[in-house]
Amino acid sequence: MVDFYGRTFESRLLLGTARYPSPEALGEAVARSGAQIVTVSLRRESASGAKAGQAFWELVKALGVAILPNTAGCHSVREAVTTARMAREVFGTPWIKLEVIGDDVTLQPDPFALVDATRALVAEGFEVFPYMTEDLVLAEKLVEAGCRVLMPWGAPIGTGRGLNNPYALRLLRRHFPGITLVVDAGIGAPSHAAAAMEMGYDAILINTAVATAGNPPAMAEAFAEAIRAGRRAHEAGLMEPTDLATASTPTFGAPFSPFAG
Amino acid sequence: MRIRLNGEMIDTAASDLAALVEDRGFDVSVVATALNGEFVPRALRAETKLADGDAVEVLRPMQGG
Repeated sequence: MVDFYGRTFESRLLLGTARYPSPEALGEAVARSGAQIVTVSLRRESASGAKAGQAFWELVKALGVAILPNTAGCHSVREAVTTARMAREVFGTPWIKLEVIGDDVTLQPDPFALVDATRALVAEGFEVFPYMTEDLVLAEKLVEAGCRVLMPWGAPIGTGRGLNNPYALRLLRRHFPGITLVVDAGIGAPSHAAAAMEMGYDAILINTAVATAGNPPAMAEAFAEAIRAGRRAHEAGLMEPTDLATASTPTFGAPFSPFAG
Repeated sequence: MRIRLNGEMIDTAASDLAALVEDRGFDVSVVATALNGEFVPRALRAETKLADGDAVEVLRPMQGG
């Protein structure tokens, strides 16, 4: 079971809800993967007063899973804090996936604004899931600010490049054994997710790799299986890699040996 | 009066935020509102007066990653 601020879940796969070919594909991806948490956002209604929000919200509610709203697209502490407050009212949850973008090309989070926004939101009772770079000192500051969940990127959002800095991700895991760690963004293939789980990460957040797959529900299931396999391997205790070969078959009694035995 | 609604200049006769949400046909229970960058909770919309040049955001649930 994985723990997010006192709520426990069987599934270690968090699914984004964007970029699916259809609402049905999203629903089926959630069902087939067994994902129990999905991310959502807030966006402008068209000024003419459409009611498009209701349909999507009804669909998400019908999934019967936990909702993690994000502050995607925010570039400042003020924007992020205001969006988080609005999300809490609409979605009725203290959870917020906090994104404060610092660079528009890489969509790299702004670490300084992230810490400031986290402090402000924790003071208001929010439970913050910070989307962050894999920086160790940033992680320390976020934990000091009250985060019990950290979400370092694997690679920039939507790139599918996998784990760009496995060394730093491994360090984070070792440094924060009691914090729920999620790799968020950049995962392109189930093998990337399995690698992070083998390191001891608690969960993986995926959107693009599932939503833009040829068959999103099948890919969601593949990710769920990879995440389970990686987790089981971590719990079972992986061997340490070595440079020199060690025969796995017993050498004693090898046929055609000039020696006895 | 002229206000900026979700980045678009519009004319409105609504004197408060609740009236604006109603007039524009937004789904009252599903949208969240902000006035000049500050969140306005649903319960405070009716007492939040609008002035010429105000910037209003009306947001709704959307797909997100």
